[in-house]
Amino acid sequence: MQISLTHYLALAAVLFAIGFFGVLTRRNAIGILMAIELMFNAVNINFVAFNRFITPIEFTGQIFAIFTVVIAAAEATVGLAIVLLIYRNFRDIFVDNINLMKW
Amino acid sequence: MESAVLPYLFYLFAFVIIVSALLVVLLRNIFHCALMLILCLFAVAGLYVLLQADFVAAVQVLLYVGAVAVLMIFAIMLTSRVFGVDLKQQNEQVPLALIVSIVFVAAAFYGLGKTVWDIKDASVPADSTMSLGKLLMTTYVMPFEIVSVVLLAALIGAIVIARRN
Repeated sequence: MQISLTHYLALAAVLFAIGFFGVLTRRNAIGILMAIELMFNAVNINFVAFNRFITPIEFTGQIFAIFTVVIAAAEATVGLAIVLLIYRNFRDIFVDNINLMKW
Repeated sequence: MESAVLPYLFYLFAFVIIVSALLVVLLRNIFHCALMLILCLFAVAGLYVLLQADFVAAVQVLLYVGAVAVLMIFAIMLTSRVFGVDLKQQNEQVPLALIVSIVFVAAAFYGLGKTVWDIKDASVPADSTMSLGKLLMTTYVMPFEIVSVVLLAALIGAIVIARRN
């Protein structure tokens, strides 16, 4: 029994779909951010798996994975700052109640 | 590591990842969701170790479990009303989102079944961290600097947005 690249990619696809489901269905803004983190992790699993099986010497996948982690950290910081600001102004973080910019 | 154990470890980590990710998405108490997210991120780090990406696994534990997850918990604590478990946590898009997600997984699996990958036999060098550092300072020095500036901009932006005036 050997774990191939396809196993990792299938796992990442399922994880991405779960995160996608969370983004679409959560009402809590922090819940949405957590689901986005799941999607980032799915992509990162893909990068590292490709690195292991397709570019093991060149390290392209791992470099990409590190950059993705940095961007995810930046996204979480700014996202949570925005959520805190919204909470301070509206006393609410349920996104279906915050429809100020909805036409 | 003995190669006989590796498949079982993969399935163990995969099981933990899928179950904890589902709980992140489905639990009603948002604080429990954050704890499940931490478990999921740890399992992903284990997967990186299986893939011989030691440095990425360390970065995963330090940055995701250490920083991002703690940041999430802080945000949950700062926005109260989270322990009102009776509050509805999901909107009315659940059936539609379920259909879209299942279609996505089906399409991805179909594509995976059709694709033949150009697999290399070589294994990752043992001193992967040193090679990564060298690459980041030579070939990828420009993206490295740009991503540093992006991180700094995000830091300043977060402070400016969240500041009380």
